[in-house]
Order: sequence, then structure tokens, then C-alpha cells
Amino acid sequence: MTQMDALKNKVAIVGVGTTEYGNFPQFSDYALGAKAFKAAVEDCGIDKNQIDGLVCCRVPFYARMGEVLGLNPRWTLQMPPHGRMSGMAIIEAMLAIETGAADYVALIYTNIGRSRRVNYGGDEAASIWDPWGFTSPGAAHAMMFQMHQNRYGTTTRQLAEVSVAFRQHALLNPDAVMKKPMTIDDHEEARPIVEPLRLLDYCLINDGAVCVIMTSAERAKDLKKPPVLISGVGARDAFSHCSISNFDENFWYDEARDTANQVYQMAGVGPKDIDGLMCYDNFSPTVLFSLEGFGFCGRGESGAYVEGGTLGLQGALPTNTDGGHLSNSYMQGWALNVEAVRQLRGECGARQIKDCNMIQYVAVTPCTRSIIYSRA
Amino acid sequence: MTYTKPLPQADDLVMQPFWEHARAHRLAIQRCDDCGDGHFPPSPVCPHCLSEEQSWEPVSGRGTLLSWVTFHRAYWGGFIPDLPYQCCLVRLAEGPLIVANFAGDKPSHLAEGLPVHAVFQDMTDQFTLPKFVVE
Repeated sequence: MTQMDALKNKVAIVGVGTTEYGNFPQFSDYALGAKAFKAAVEDCGIDKNQIDGLVCCRVPFYARMGEVLGLNPRWTLQMPPHGRMSGMAIIEAMLAIETGAADYVALIYTNIGRSRRVNYGGDEAASIWDPWGFTSPGAAHAMMFQMHQNRYGTTTRQLAEVSVAFRQHALLNPDAVMKKPMTIDDHEEARPIVEPLRLLDYCLINDGAVCVIMTSAERAKDLKKPPVLISGVGARDAFSHCSISNFDENFWYDEARDTANQVYQMAGVGPKDIDGLMCYDNFSPTVLFSLEGFGFCGRGESGAYVEGGTLGLQGALPTNTDGGHLSNSYMQGWALNVEAVRQLRGECGARQIKDCNMIQYVAVTPCTRSIIYSRA
Repeated sequence: MTYTKPLPQADDLVMQPFWEHARAHRLAIQRCDDCGDGHFPPSPVCPHCLSEEQSWEPVSGRGTLLSWVTFHRAYWGGFIPDLPYQCCLVRLAEGPLIVANFAGDKPSHLAEGLPVHAVFQDMTDQFTLPKFVVE
């Protein structure tokens, strides 16, 4: 038992808000952030002036966000526009609430990458590998998936199962960007970007915003909706061997194992107790790496594990029921945490997981994080 | 003819010795004078012992192939004529990883663990790019 384990079920998510997802050149980050914030405030029925903690992620300037929303918090945190920040931010907010640094924290994420034509490679992300033409997170994941193929015989048709399952979920989600059905053959025939990855292995790039409001489980009882409790958290960074951005020669397996041990010990459960998985899917191979690292299948066995619709709503492990980054929205983990809350509240309509009591968020990246959520 | 692909970053001072060695057709990594740790990419202090006393050491240029990818998209205009082009990931015999290209066409047989060695292509009067040949 660690001191962190004592925080099990002490802090809750009480409000969530999301904007529409798409291409919105007419809206600034702040305008989208305000929409998401307003929706989250209405979702939990809080007086916005009670909010005394603010986390801004990818929002350009926290002070302007606070000005726009009329907030003067006593605890503020700015996080960079990196995909791996959502789990980190929620864990930080949990600690702030538990220590009393803030009573009600609003976490706001905004993204205007679509309308502003963000590429995620080339001169936008200069590195020492540019002279060889090696650039972009997608290329790093292609490099890893090639190794996964070499070592374990994983096939691109197996990889396609990930994209196909999430697309099926997106078709059940009225908010999702992608509306067109997808087959394994569609995946195989899609335009190659950085082989062995193709277009349908890549996440979307779209505009939108997400807001999450958190408070203590005790205070949560007075708010509008049933609280969703944080039952476990786990974390491990991998900075000492990150010379190639977004790459790890063992697919962050050791860091994922370490994170899994922490999160399952704190929550007092194991992979078999998880009713649904919200899995960071910047690129489809990340999902395979996550399934192995968190023990949903054996090491090297993720290709076979996902075959036949395992990740679908009717499968053994419903995963990214909103459609994920691949087919719902590129909210860099934030929308997946919102989907966890909505699933546990039973608000998901056609994509609702039956008897949903425990949802796990995982992000396998150089900052690997996991959170287990449960119903109060 | 103007060179239109990305050049080494002029303001990345800690990498300058790598490119100077490359111009002389040598592959080099950084080695700590105090603890002997060899590392690449370079670092302002030794990541193992934090010593500021570090040197550049020419290495064998031999290694093993770890992975490879094929770009079908150019993130810089200068790469458009090369599409599709390959990048490879090599573990140098001395330990560090390096991303580079294959010299010449894509090798017909690729597998993790194949032995490779560095060759040097002078791209401009000032700039030489190490690449790898599968043995």
C-alpha cells in the first residue's frame, strides 16, 4: 500500500462538457473552451464561481482563459499541447483536490489544429533526424509496428481490427466526425502514409474542446449527477531513452507494466474486472502495445487478441466506444476520459456498455498513464 | 543546384561535432570523459553521471538493422522527388540508436538484426549525410 493508494475513490469527476467536433475557423481556442466549460458547468449544476482550480491544456494562455470565463482560481496549471497530457492533468487535479489546494477544478482542453492546418511533422517539429527525412509521430509508430511485425508476426489485417472496431463505434455516436462504415479491406487499400501504416491507422485532426470538472467524492454528493470516482491511477515516464520522439524499441512495455501494477493495486482490481477500455489511439499500433502492456493479452499476442471483434461493443473488451481518436475526435485523450464518465453514468445510448461498473483509461506514450473510474 | 532538403540545425551546437566528423566521413558518438558512457544523440552533460567533460569518439560505423519505414508523404518539398523513400533505424555496435537512410535503392531483403555499415554521401560542399548499407 502506497500513500497514493489511500486516495482510492476520494476524488470524483462531476461534470463533463464537449463541443461539436470538426473544422471551425470561425472559433478561437477560447471560444471553444468556453463552450465546453459552459456545458460542463450545466452538466453538474455547479455555480461557476465556486470553481477555484483551473487546468488549461493546449489552451494558448491560461490567464486569458480565466479572463474569458470570469474565474480567479487559487490553483492554476498550464499544460503543453501534447497528446499525453490528459491523464497527467486529471491525476494532478486529483492531488490538488485531495490536498485542499483547490476544491473544484475545471480542466479545459482546446484544439484548433484542423482549421489552422497543423501537420505534426516537418518544420513544425524540428529534430536532429530531419536531414534524413525522418519526421512525425506517425513515422515513429510505423517504425515500431514494423518491429512488432518482425518479432511477433503481427499483420496489417490484425491491425485493421482496431480501426474497424472504433469506426463501428463512431457510427453509433452522433457526435463523431467519421460517419462512413469501414471494412478490413478498406483499411488494407487505404493510401499509405508512412508504411507499414496507412491513412486509416492515423488519428483525425479536428477542432473542438473538452471540459472536465472535478471535486472531492464528499462534495460530489451535492451535485446534479452521480459522481464518477477515480479508483486508481498509475504513471511512469520514459525520458532517458527518448532520443527518437514518440518511439520506444520495446513499445513502452516496461513502463506500461509498471503503470498497470500501480493502477490495479490502487483500485484493487485486474484487467478481467474492466468493463470497457478507453485507450489512447494516436495511431492504431498504440492500442496493440497498450493491450499487451496492461495485461489484457500476452506480450506479442495483441494481433491475435483483437481478431474477430474483441474491441467491439459486443466483444470481450469494448474499447473506445466513442470511436476514439481514429474515428470520433482528436481530443488527445480528453474525450476518452469524458466517454468513461458517460459510460459509467449510462448516458451512451446505442453505444452503451451493458452493466458498466468500471472503465479504464490508458495512454501508452513516453508519459504512460492510466486511470480506473468506477460508479459511486 | 540548390539543396532543398532540411540541413542540420545551425543553432544545435551540441550536434555540430557529429556533422564535422561526418564531413570527414567518420561516424562519431559522444563519450563521457569521466564515466565512459557512450551516447547519441549528444547531450550537454553526461546523462549517466552529469559530467560536463565529454568528447566525440569515432565509432566503427557497423551496426544492426532494427527497423525501417517507407515515407509516401513528403513533409518537406525537397523530398517530393524521392517519394517513396526509406528511413532505417540502426543500433550501432557501440550501443546507441541512429535513424538514417539506406544508401541507394531499398534493399531487396530486410529483417531485424541484419548487419549494416555506414557509408557517407556528400550532399553539398559543407554537408555530408551518413547512410547505411545492408551487408
